[in-house]
Amino acid sequence: MSAVQGLRARLARTPMSIIVMGSLLIAFVVVAVFAPLLAPFDPSRQSLILRLRPPGSASPQGVTYLLGTDDLGRDLLSRVIYGARASMFVAVASVFVSLLIGSALGMLAGWRRGWVEIVIMRFVDVMLSIPAILLAVLAVAVAGPGFQTLILVLGLTRWPRYARVAYAQTLQVATLPYIRAAELAGASATRLLLRHVLPNIAGPLLVVATAEFGLMILFEAGLSFLGLGIQPPTPSWGTIMSAGRQYIERAWWLTVFPGGCLFLLVLSVNVLGDWVRDRLDPRARTRG
Amino acid sequence: MPRYLVSRLLQAILTTFGVMTIVFFVMRLSGDPVLLLVPEGATREHIDALRRELGFDQPIWRQYLTFLAGLLRFELGVSVVQRVPAWDILASRIPYTLALAGAALVVAIGLGVPAGVIMAVWRGRWFERPIAAIVVAGQSMPTFLTGILMIMLFAVTLRWLPSSGVDGPQSVIMPAIALGMLSMSTFARMARIAVVDELGKDYVRAGLARGLSPGKVVARHVLRNASIPVVTIAALEIGNLLAGAIIVETVFAWPGIGQLAIQAIQSRDFLVVQAIVLFVSLVYVVVNLAADLLYAGIDPRIRFGRS
Repeated sequence: MSAVQGLRARLARTPMSIIVMGSLLIAFVVVAVFAPLLAPFDPSRQSLILRLRPPGSASPQGVTYLLGTDDLGRDLLSRVIYGARASMFVAVASVFVSLLIGSALGMLAGWRRGWVEIVIMRFVDVMLSIPAILLAVLAVAVAGPGFQTLILVLGLTRWPRYARVAYAQTLQVATLPYIRAAELAGASATRLLLRHVLPNIAGPLLVVATAEFGLMILFEAGLSFLGLGIQPPTPSWGTIMSAGRQYIERAWWLTVFPGGCLFLLVLSVNVLGDWVRDRLDPRARTRG
Repeated sequence: MPRYLVSRLLQAILTTFGVMTIVFFVMRLSGDPVLLLVPEGATREHIDALRRELGFDQPIWRQYLTFLAGLLRFELGVSVVQRVPAWDILASRIPYTLALAGAALVVAIGLGVPAGVIMAVWRGRWFERPIAAIVVAGQSMPTFLTGILMIMLFAVTLRWLPSSGVDGPQSVIMPAIALGMLSMSTFARMARIAVVDELGKDYVRAGLARGLSPGKVVARHVLRNASIPVVTIAALEIGNLLAGAIIVETVFAWPGIGQLAIQAIQSRDFLVVQAIVLFVSLVYVVVNLAADLLYAGIDPRIRFGRS
């Protein structure tokens, strides 16, 4: 069977909703990556005579503002396209940071046991009892907003979930015969964890990561909406909607377009995440 | 039971202590906490005086002990902007947030649990899919988007409800729905999983075999057993609702602690922000403790299972 036939057979077995949501997610990734090529205007070029124009208005040069303009006369379509970039970048980077910290600490706790286990897992419990958005708000407010702070704060507040999963999985895997065998053969702890334990616990960690990815997108947008995330003039869906809140009676497009993109992106991530989880863990199935 | 109670209490105290420690260090992220507490444009002498007054010139371990000792006496500090204790400012806002979070919880449980039970009991029927779609959509809607869209529709276009602020009991409707949507999905999913789990158990088959009607088995036995994980989720969700209030209250100009947090950040009143984070985390710890004790009461396996 050729590769193309194999792919076709696979697609035929995949539910329609997954194909649609998968394509949607790919589209968002493409838009984010190629934002400079796709945006019809410079997203930060202001024009005070063209403020709050509705979708479809023409510019003096005859180019149409497909999604209208914002309160400073900037092209909304270009800003939404660049906003996809900010959203995806922050989410990917912060998921990466939290995945790294969480799985390292979780594996360490599950492997070393004793006081290391007690200290790390207690810390996880404590972190989980401070609502993440509040801790992030406090940390960003203290450290000052910005791209790097945002990624670090989100990454450093959302690692405990990975730690819990990595810990539980490592406990299970560590008792398996092949691990004991590798240990007897003289493999170092680092090698054992990275080469033998990690590949075996990667599936459940990936499931957590997909769920967290959707949450991170929502967190970034929420913090930016509150003025604590990505700072103007850098375009972000949250900041555009924050401006839209002020012009709620005059400019619906400032809320509907970035909000719609945000919803569709998170929806596609959540639907795909559920699907991945159902395939890896049939017990937690959400569809019958 | 007393042993479980004591160990669970100790755990809660330890967690509270850990929360205070984390907040203490986060407040020092910027390097010099005094700069967070002075109004903009303060003079050098003013800053130094405040540093001495608040003890920030002491070594860090002593500052930490002073901080903990203050919290044990329920002293959350004095707002540098308003010159009144941070707790007094916080306390005047708490009823609003509790009313909002309570109404949101009613929305979330009232819609989420029935949706989950329906999806579990009538699996595979035509109406399962649309309900499942609404649940996933609810989970993907940012609260501020739900909020602004509702304002556009019900306040600006139809003029049925006030767009923001507190103006009679109908003011809470839109904020409560916006805040409750996300939790609604969580309740629906959890209720569904719990009921599906229970339906597969032997006692269900035994009940049906003895001639009980399926409706009776579900109503009398399944829902009761499935309620235990749902109670846990309710406890976790109360914390999420209080934290989510920070965005919803900003959208609807609702005068609770969430709006206060943002106002305090904008006016650089960090002791008030710190007080809010400590308060919400403490509520979270207490509610979780209450939930654990509650279902230790419901389920004897938890009370006696551990040794």
